[in-house]
Amino acid sequence: MLRISLSLLAALGLVVSAIALAATDHTVTEKGKKFSEKKLTIQAGDSITFVNDDNITHNVYSKKVNQFDTGAQKPGASDRIVFKNKGKQKVRCAIHPKMKMTVVVE
Amino acid sequence: MKLIDVRAVAFCAAMLAVFSAGISSASQLDKSSLEQWKTDYVRPGLVPFPEDNPYTVEKADLGKKLFFDPRLSGSNAISCASCHNPAFSWGDGLAKGVGHGSRQLGRRTPTIWNLAWAELLMWDGRFETLEEQALGPMAADVEMAQDMSTIVGELSAIPGYRALFNIAFPDEGITIDTIAKAIATYERTVVTGIAPFDRWVAGDETAIPEEAKRGFALFNSKANCVACHSGWNFTDDSFHDIGLNDDDPGRAAELPGVEKMRHAFKTPTLRNIDLRAPFMHDGSLTDLAAVVRHYNAGGIQRPSLSDDMKPLGLTPAEESYLVAFMETLTSPEEPVSIPLMPR
Repeated sequence: MLRISLSLLAALGLVVSAIALAATDHTVTEKGKKFSEKKLTIQAGDSITFVNDDNITHNVYSKKVNQFDTGAQKPGASDRIVFKNKGKQKVRCAIHPKMKMTVVVE
Repeated sequence: MKLIDVRAVAFCAAMLAVFSAGISSASQLDKSSLEQWKTDYVRPGLVPFPEDNPYTVEKADLGKKLFFDPRLSGSNAISCASCHNPAFSWGDGLAKGVGHGSRQLGRRTPTIWNLAWAELLMWDGRFETLEEQALGPMAADVEMAQDMSTIVGELSAIPGYRALFNIAFPDEGITIDTIAKAIATYERTVVTGIAPFDRWVAGDETAIPEEAKRGFALFNSKANCVACHSGWNFTDDSFHDIGLNDDDPGRAAELPGVEKMRHAFKTPTLRNIDLRAPFMHDGSLTDLAAVVRHYNAGGIQRPSLSDDMKPLGLTPAEESYLVAFMETLTSPEEPVSIPLMPR
């Protein structure tokens, strides 16, 4: 009985750990040459899906911490970026540089 | 007598027509639209400085000396101010810049006015910050051709600079990073003054002529200049192919996979614009009237052409109003003193 309880507890522990470690996908939209968030704090391993909800082509890139570049992102297109490294980074559109936000990865 | 009467009647009729036309044009300026548009052009109260390079007087003063010092070039003959000359509205007045060995460069020298507010630097946006940009031309073989591996040693050999860097950067002294920070800090202090347009935006109806007000209305409507030249500094800091006959790849050198970035260049400020002819990234247009004619025609049709570039159908009078408006963006500036160089 004790053995069964311990097994159950261990299993529960694994489930709780898995939930705690589950990466979250955040969504940031691009509209009116602006990101929907000015600053977003996420956990290492989380991802952000950048959705171009504008009627013009955009781009999303970052040169520090978690480097990425979506290239041309046409209206309606989206890109999911995983942020593995911890740190603070600026994310912006290379076509419309005033369109920028900060991502903090904890 | 009859002839005189006819002439008098004709004269009166003509004057009435002119007067009516004036009233009509004036009444076409929708006051509420003008007031609404004006709110987008209010000058900011403070100059922004980045958290990692805040303003100090000592840093700005040092940056000014560095900016004007030709010893920051390989030849010891070219300073930042050689091309970004305050006497030419921080440009050089040439169609294309001239660099090391008097060689002509590929693009026109951009002004450094109001760079404190800039996002991405250079015509093609290849530098993220003003600090990065300050070092770029210095290191470029075709521009100042300075060997960056020796610049710290060269400045350290000048006692005057050692003292100034120790005051401005007491914990760091002379490094590549502090050279860049000082120059960038000085550049951020180069801000255009109050122009007649600003006084009009602030409520002085007499500050600019009626033609300029009509030009401002066109700027924000039919001519759609505001699509790119937006905000108080008249730039969206973005990149556009405006259809000039030039094979320069522009921003596409940085973003080769984005069609619209081919032949796309950064939107320049229009502040003090009538002091900086010739115009465009290649210096191909000699005056503001030619610039307006180019936009009115719509530019070369090609896949990369900005979606905002379309034939405008402006009349000659409307073209002149736009020029009259741009002329109100010039602020009276005091001459810039050249600093004594540290020895």
